[in-house]
Amino acid sequence: MDYQPPPFFSRGPAPLVRLMFFISLAVLLMVLDARFRYTESLRQVVAVVVYPLQRLALLPVDLANGAADYFTSLVTLKHENEQLKTRQLESANDLLTLESLRAENVQLRRMLDAQEQLPRKATFAEILYMSRDPFSRKVVIDKGSQQGLQTGQAVIDDVGVIGQVTRVYPLLSEVTLVTDREQAIPAQIVRNGLRAVVYGGSDPGTLELRYMPTNADIQNGDVLVTSGIDGTYPEGLPVARVVKIERDAAYAFAKVSCVATTGPDRHRQVLVLAYDWKQPPPPPQAADQAPKPAAKAKRPKRP
Amino acid sequence: MAFDPRFQGIPRPVNVGFMALTAAAAMLFNMLPWRDVIGLPDLLALVIAFWCVHEPRKMGIGFAWALGLLMDAGNGALMGQHAFAYAILAFGAIALHRRILWFSPWAQAAHVLILLVASQLLMLLVRMAAGGAYPGLGYFIGPVIAAALWPVATYVLLLPQRRPRHSDEPRSI
Repeated sequence: MDYQPPPFFSRGPAPLVRLMFFISLAVLLMVLDARFRYTESLRQVVAVVVYPLQRLALLPVDLANGAADYFTSLVTLKHENEQLKTRQLESANDLLTLESLRAENVQLRRMLDAQEQLPRKATFAEILYMSRDPFSRKVVIDKGSQQGLQTGQAVIDDVGVIGQVTRVYPLLSEVTLVTDREQAIPAQIVRNGLRAVVYGGSDPGTLELRYMPTNADIQNGDVLVTSGIDGTYPEGLPVARVVKIERDAAYAFAKVSCVATTGPDRHRQVLVLAYDWKQPPPPPQAADQAPKPAAKAKRPKRP
Repeated sequence: MAFDPRFQGIPRPVNVGFMALTAAAAMLFNMLPWRDVIGLPDLLALVIAFWCVHEPRKMGIGFAWALGLLMDAGNGALMGQHAFAYAILAFGAIALHRRILWFSPWAQAAHVLILLVASQLLMLLVRMAAGGAYPGLGYFIGPVIAAALWPVATYVLLLPQRRPRHSDEPRSI
């Protein structure tokens, strides 16, 4: 009969063993998430557990906002009302011309046999809070997959592009801002139509154009708008403004810094645009690829 | 028990429900919509370190790991990032738990500071490796503030254990 200590002394595996087990589990999760994005379903499940806590955490903010609204004085409201009225009068003229211009544009496009630009479906959403993760620039909005949001949708406000929906939970969504380092937007310079890809910059609130040749025609103050090539962002939305260009002959590319046109601090209300992905026409090589299966069949099968 | 000249009696056993409540409260604090506040202390890390030091048999590496996973999902951080850091933090706290309580509260805070900075540094390294942006040196103010809160945490989190056993007994605090 072998000796065993009484069971009340047993404390399970040694701490170091446990540590190794949980570290390897964590590393596995991190690799799966960072490289392959396999952990989204796990994240959805865990997020549901945390959701009540998140809503509870937002309660003080809602209360503070409610109190601020309550104490907004009549004078402020009156003043704002007058301002809005004058602005409406100013824009009425533009709106009237817009109608005729739109009709004209549709006609011209038809004549050119171009694809008709349909107005997209938009969902109204409110920014709940900035993500606490200090390594990325994201905000969380109050609409999720229950309201029909999908990953990849563009998020805009009245001035320009804010970002893109990158993760959808049942009742919340995460929006990656255009200033995030991992975020890229196809853009175009208004002045000369030069196309570029805008990435998030290394400093907060900045963006940069990577891989622009040193002799590229870019000037300070150039406005970048979305080019609409990708089908995600509608054409012509302001994204950024060029503020600094460093041309160094030692490098192949110029360093172009921009600031974002808009940001999550301006308003709490945003629009999420429906994903308008049109199937691209089949590539012309389709005919060449047709005999391929036959060639495949000829390959001798392994025993 | 802890270095406390005023408290002479034997503390009551810890209530597991109270431990869970403090962890939930700390997580709630972490999830408050702080905008870009620099040097925000990670209270959940502090609470995990505290319970690992005081109750290493009830709060372990596994629980710390699970709480970290909740933080990851709630924050939209890299999945496993907080779990990784908190597991190592819990291990460090458990390794220290026999000696740390012989020191004065501020010396204890110094021990905890090293643990908290180490776990924060690990998260930084992990995220930089995964291609995140460098958040600046302000990122390390948080652990310093959290460690400075250690004496407060010692007082607050041990309060329920210092209640007298019967209400008519004279209070020993």
